[in-house]
Amino acid sequence: MKNDILVSLKGVTKKYGNVTAADNVNLTISRGEFLVLLGPSGSGKTTILSMMGGFTVPTSGQIIIDGEDVTETPPALRPTVTVFQDYALFPHMSVLENVSFGLAMQKVPKAARYKRAEECIDTVGLTGYGDRGIHQLSGGQRQRVALARAIAVEPAVLLLDEPLGALDLKIRRQMQAELVHLQKSLGATFVHVTHDQEEAMSIADNIALINNGKVEDYGPPDRIYLRPATLFAANFMGDSNLIEGTVLNNDNNQVEVDTSFGKLTISGEAKQGSNIHILLRPEQIRIGVASNKKGVSLGEAKVREVVFQGTHKLCHAYSGKQFKSKIMFRVSPDHSVVAGDILSLHALEPDAVLLRD
Amino acid sequence: MRTWVRNTPAAIYLLVVLAFIYLPVVVLVLFSFQDGPLPVPPFNGPSLHWYEKMFGNERLIASLINSVVVAILSAVVTTFLGFLAAYGMARRTPRFAGGIRFSLMAPLTVSYLIIGIGLLITLNIVGISKSLFAVGIGHVVINLPLCFAIIYSQFGDHTRNIDDAARDLGASDFQTLLHVIAHVMKPSLFASFCLSATLSWDEFIIAFLLSRFDVTLPVIIFEMLRSGLTPEVNAAGTLVFAISVTTVIAAAITVSALTSGRKK
Repeated sequence: MKNDILVSLKGVTKKYGNVTAADNVNLTISRGEFLVLLGPSGSGKTTILSMMGGFTVPTSGQIIIDGEDVTETPPALRPTVTVFQDYALFPHMSVLENVSFGLAMQKVPKAARYKRAEECIDTVGLTGYGDRGIHQLSGGQRQRVALARAIAVEPAVLLLDEPLGALDLKIRRQMQAELVHLQKSLGATFVHVTHDQEEAMSIADNIALINNGKVEDYGPPDRIYLRPATLFAANFMGDSNLIEGTVLNNDNNQVEVDTSFGKLTISGEAKQGSNIHILLRPEQIRIGVASNKKGVSLGEAKVREVVFQGTHKLCHAYSGKQFKSKIMFRVSPDHSVVAGDILSLHALEPDAVLLRD
Repeated sequence: MRTWVRNTPAAIYLLVVLAFIYLPVVVLVLFSFQDGPLPVPPFNGPSLHWYEKMFGNERLIASLINSVVVAILSAVVTTFLGFLAAYGMARRTPRFAGGIRFSLMAPLTVSYLIIGIGLLITLNIVGISKSLFAVGIGHVVINLPLCFAIIYSQFGDHTRNIDDAARDLGASDFQTLLHVIAHVMKPSLFASFCLSATLSWDEFIIAFLLSRFDVTLPVIIFEMLRSGLTPEVNAAGTLVFAISVTTVIAAAITVSALTSGRKK
């Protein structure tokens, strides 16, 4: 895949009175990329999408799509199409008329636009639904019509504003897979907004994690999950153990940290005396005593609760000095651990991520 | 048994309220069928004598047609203007939006008499003489605030997204309004039209002040009243009432059909 840049946001800021919805956002999106804007509600992710779509004009900064400055270009004149959270289908039109609406506005002759619309309806798996009214469709089907309507005009960038939010879990998972499949088969560029980190990880080529109007972290899902850049990113991207500590020594890219689990040595950079957190995902914590140099001993833990989750058992335990620190870890589903057990825990040093506060 | 006892006062209360509201209308309608020269008890009849007389009254029939024309045309204009104003206010958030909304709705609180006198003077200055046309303008003026309020209340976030989606797909302002928003708003446009037409149909003060040779039905009824109370006035009143009720019921059925087809 060519790695040419299709969309770039340069120092984009949007203020509503005293509230800054987007704060100096810099982002680049490559042609054919699936970017997910992930963040809690009110983080500004929808505002950023809306500025890409042309519905909101930034207070300052620049938006460039396909080499053209579109910062103040209205939605109709930019090569983007937005799929709205509530689908925004035209209720008085059939599926076919909805999907061919954009082409009708481009004055494409009726026969040609219906043919193209039928193709798009096939693409989203609604073959034979062209004559149906919108009110005859289920939520998932409406979602597909909204997608078909958007791809019919072949936008350079498809913008999706929490498009799966209203669907139930099973259909949502299915639509996630279909979205990725659609995006790859069209070779299109998708920007997708969601607050669901699992959804983001399963569909994104890159995630831009948004918090308080800023890009908190940016990168491929595995990198953001395993090596988050900030404490917020670590917390937002799934279950985590965040071990507080103070840096005792900083030597040759190795830091010695004083924590409630004792002194731990991990790689990273931090000022002596500064407060930091060490991130360990529950699945990175292992049972048994650390055996070699790569091991970081976490001492003994008293299991408080065991939650069976099918593929594993999630254990909540107390560990550290006087068993006062909480820790979460996973064991295999056939493990015989029960509440009250005392286990030795350790982690592997390369798994630990040092996060400066 | 016990529920029956508990419900009795409520039922009586309901009947009293209904009687309070509907008794005058019932009496009016009843005595339009009076067989005799006066619409007062005792009731002799029923007779269609006064209806026959009414439908033979050419001036009354002419005014009835005038009323229908004024009602329909003023309702079309009012709904159109109300729709554009509501769309503008809902679509954008203009500066002083609150102030504009207030000034659009405030005339609701001004009496028809004041508006009528104001119009009389204004139209005289502008050079529009007393006529059905002037009455139509008056009805647009008094009904616009209500129509604006009805239509504006039906614009929500969802309508806004539909509007954005149409523009996003390349529709111009005019195309968006004509092909999309007018259809989405059909129930409230229809409700606004019916309400506006009904209010115009019933309206007396402005019609009285602003008309001269061609007049509307309420004005004729008023003239008939001045020359004495006869059951013909009752018959004319019954006609006005029947047409209003029919319009309102038809409107209610149509609006519910328009909206339910959509939700399902």
